[in-house]
Amino acid sequence: MSKTVLADLAVALATGQVRVIDLTNTLSPDFPVIVLPAEFGQCAPFRMEKLSRYDADGPAWYWNNISMNEHTGTHFDAPAHWVTGKDLPSNTVDAIPAQDFVAPAVVIDISAESAADADFVLTREFLENWETEHGTIPPDHWIALRTDWYKRVGTPEYLNLLEDGAHSPGPDAGAVEFLVHDRKCVGLAVETVGTDAGQASTFNPPLPAHSILHGNGRFGLQCLTNLDKLPTFGAIIVACPLKIEGGSGSPLRVVALVEGEAA
Amino acid sequence: MSEPLTPPKRKDPLVVTRAGHVPPALRSRAATAMAARAGLGRFVLQVCDDCARATYPQRDRCPFCWGELRWQDQPDGAVIEAETTIRSSIDLFFKDHLPWRVGSARLDAGPMATVHLHGDVGQGDRVKIELKLDRSGNPALFAMPEKETPHMADDPQLRVFTADPKYRRVLVTDGRTATGQAVAEALLKAGAKTVFLGNADPLMRYPGQDRIEATAGIEPVRLSLTDTRSIEALAGQLGGRVDIVVNTAQFSRQGGVGFGGNLNDLQSGLDLEVTGLMRLAQGFAPALSGRSDDGDRSAAAFVDIASIHGLTGRAGFAGSSAAAAARLSLLASLRGEMARTGIRVISVLTGPVDDGWHQNVPPPKTAPAQIARAVVTALQQGQETICADEVAKDVLTRWQDDPLLTIREENK
Amino acid sequence: MGRQKPYDGVVVCAPVTVPYARYSDKTAHWWTGSALAALSRQTGLGPEDFDGFCFASFSAGPDTVVGMVQHLGLSPRWMDHIPTGGASGVMALRRAARAVQMGDADIVACVAADTNQIDSFRQTLQGFSRFSQDATYPYGFGGPNATFALIADNFMREYGVSRDDFAKLCVAQRDNALSNPFALMKKPLTHDQYMQARPISDPIHLFDCVMPCAGAEAFIVTTPEKARDLGLSTARLAATIERHNAFPEDPVQTRGGWARDIDDLWSAAGCGPQDMDMVQLYDDYPVIVAMQLADLGFCEKPELSRFIADNDFTISGSLPLNTNGGQLSAGQAGAAGGFQNVTEGLRQILQTPLGDQVPDAKRALISGFGLVNYDRGICTGAAVLEQEVLR
Repeated sequence: MSKTVLADLAVALATGQVRVIDLTNTLSPDFPVIVLPAEFGQCAPFRMEKLSRYDADGPAWYWNNISMNEHTGTHFDAPAHWVTGKDLPSNTVDAIPAQDFVAPAVVIDISAESAADADFVLTREFLENWETEHGTIPPDHWIALRTDWYKRVGTPEYLNLLEDGAHSPGPDAGAVEFLVHDRKCVGLAVETVGTDAGQASTFNPPLPAHSILHGNGRFGLQCLTNLDKLPTFGAIIVACPLKIEGGSGSPLRVVALVEGEAA
Repeated sequence: MSEPLTPPKRKDPLVVTRAGHVPPALRSRAATAMAARAGLGRFVLQVCDDCARATYPQRDRCPFCWGELRWQDQPDGAVIEAETTIRSSIDLFFKDHLPWRVGSARLDAGPMATVHLHGDVGQGDRVKIELKLDRSGNPALFAMPEKETPHMADDPQLRVFTADPKYRRVLVTDGRTATGQAVAEALLKAGAKTVFLGNADPLMRYPGQDRIEATAGIEPVRLSLTDTRSIEALAGQLGGRVDIVVNTAQFSRQGGVGFGGNLNDLQSGLDLEVTGLMRLAQGFAPALSGRSDDGDRSAAAFVDIASIHGLTGRAGFAGSSAAAAARLSLLASLRGEMARTGIRVISVLTGPVDDGWHQNVPPPKTAPAQIARAVVTALQQGQETICADEVAKDVLTRWQDDPLLTIREENK
Repeated sequence: MGRQKPYDGVVVCAPVTVPYARYSDKTAHWWTGSALAALSRQTGLGPEDFDGFCFASFSAGPDTVVGMVQHLGLSPRWMDHIPTGGASGVMALRRAARAVQMGDADIVACVAADTNQIDSFRQTLQGFSRFSQDATYPYGFGGPNATFALIADNFMREYGVSRDDFAKLCVAQRDNALSNPFALMKKPLTHDQYMQARPISDPIHLFDCVMPCAGAEAFIVTTPEKARDLGLSTARLAATIERHNAFPEDPVQTRGGWARDIDDLWSAAGCGPQDMDMVQLYDDYPVIVAMQLADLGFCEKPELSRFIADNDFTISGSLPLNTNGGQLSAGQAGAAGGFQNVTEGLRQILQTPLGDQVPDAKRALISGFGLVNYDRGICTGAAVLEQEVLR
């Protein structure tokens, strides 16, 4: 291995040969959080309280106290987040090896299908057909589901919460099993508020993405943006959650490194 | 005959806003005690324990036999023996409200009292005395016509003592609940021009949304009492256009303290009901205060709806009651602050609201319509504290009578 | 009621008025000292000579007579503080007279002084009394004008007294003021001007109201021997009365305390209203002047209108009233308004008037009234002064 890989990367970053794409929504009090059935504890939205802003409370400085849930805004899910992953080793954000936070990504474009059907379910069959066209999904990759759902942020259609629950695209158990066992994925990276489909609590088994991913020690990334700016193959996702003691996940800044001129 | 109030015209932006003055607020302790009862809508005078005679002005011993005095409800009839129209005053408030009519009233209860006169009453008339609170929260006797007269509520002198929603613009903080919607509709029915209806999450629908948002006079606004910036932004936009604020936000969850308590619920409840109240006050109190005498559409009141169990705590709803207690305490302090510029801080006390969070509470429970009615009544009367229903009345009565006993009873 | 013991061995002398000023940047202490200086010029007496001091003021705060005594270098063996405004003159006379009579003091300086700074009026009203703070001023903050308007509204209706009747009293007092060099009102007042004046608090109009100002009034109460040694003309007290919070059961005030004790005054004095050469009545408002005329025995209340019509209240008239112009035309220097009647009555019967002299003045009826604690004047007093020795 040449010692020039990082040196080359530094030059590539400086010259724009390698670009950094921000995949993160702005963390603000307006950003919606997942809504659970009323009898369960609810995910706290992001809040900021100004402590001082060059004023009597702090003449030369500006800072805020912030509060949120571990799963507020663009965030990372660790295996400990789900019951199926509760006993796995290194299953919390502080225990996951840092090496796992930088990984390549393959982008599966289901934006057209999702536009036509908000409840589009990604199946194993769809993935096998996709591979026929694009090539085999490599191991140790983030599987990024491009739905263009991030463009709905700021409208009711983002959460898309109707009387019978949320309506947003996601995988079924077969698809997740395939990605986890057959393709050894790092995890699922989505633009929606959950790795599971909006109606996934009605699936059989229910909530398969969380259940199977985390039960097998894999990760989730949610509320991403700009997946439409990434190539099908070749992007590297850098996703480092906060090192919260025993944390189930955290809001984070997610970026992708992509090569070549902007599209 | 009172002239009916006409819809106020748009303000001339070049004219300096009239400042909201209050007359001197210093009173004896006995007078302040009278105010505390006036706040509950009671007409009281001091009565001697020994000779049973009523006395006024407020004293510390009976002038007939030097016995001890106690506050008691009184018959409210009187006759006006003499009247005058004041046309000159050195007081900053009354100067701007001349001419002002007062009279000497012989109260059926016995004493003579100087009273404010409604425009429809004068010397020689039999009147009904109402004990109201003036702009600085002090007791004020007001002589009303014995029988209702046309447009009685529109009398300009009377309007100084009330916060009538007619033609005013109201902010109702949480329209997502049945209570908020009932309050909004009742205010429109009482003549409010506009109700700005708060929605903490415009991206998420709520029951009744289509109907209420389509109602004429309703203007939905984004308002989250847990989001400081959202209040600052709304206050910046609406501050000069809101005359009455009604805080309908409530976070009621079952739970205990050491057993069956939920920390997250407590935190959410405190953030919404207590910190949220302070955020709301910080956002809107200065704007209201600045316009407290700004013509017919002057800023008039800050209304808060809280659980009566803020006074006592409640087994089964310990966290919510604690939040209500803190809320009531903040409100009492806010009341003192706002009394400096004449904005009434009104407290509507409710029993358990008949909603999804109180399903396990046996009746009687409080209906949103009752809360709405209490809000409107309190504003129209200028009443400082009002109970929305019989549950609240019952707890308040027992608590006033024997606070420690009532606290124990409610926590058994 | 026991018979009042006579006022033997006591005389009143040395009436002093410090010229009034509409506004003053001086303190009540300065005005008090001014009055004492004027007394000193008349009598040659200084701080060490007065062994009695009687003081009335609204604006000496935070001082009372105690602070004033040290401030002005007095060492009295008798002193009194009389915070009773319009009744303070008569009450000072009564207290000082008995002290001198019984040998508790030999020479008493009685002084009333008040300053009037730009916001004195508002400050005075605000701290005036607990009842007015709690139960009067919050009702329109019309001040005493509103309170007396209610009294006048009732009185006029009850006894058939009209504004025309009050006009006559006010016009006469203004006539009387025209010869008083110290009177603040210098222009004549006509009946029409009174009637057309702007309303202040119906039925009170502009010329029903006194002009608050700064000023001081004083006199000396002492033994006949001391007065002779000092070469001072003297008057003596024929009789006095005093009554406070009389008739609390009256719904609206229509009579003052004099009505309870007036017969005792005349029987102790050994004379009657018809024997008075002048009346110096407390005139915060003409309705109160009318009330005094009746309560002091000059006529019955229902006859007031005719009594006023039948009399001439000017200095040369049938019943000289407030011969210096009274507070309505000379000015009201706070508590000194309560002393003004005493000093003017004294001056007339001692033949040292400020302005015109009432012919053959030998007897003066002095009357005091005030304060309004809530809705009526609480304090009343009256005294009959007689000329004793002119020197």
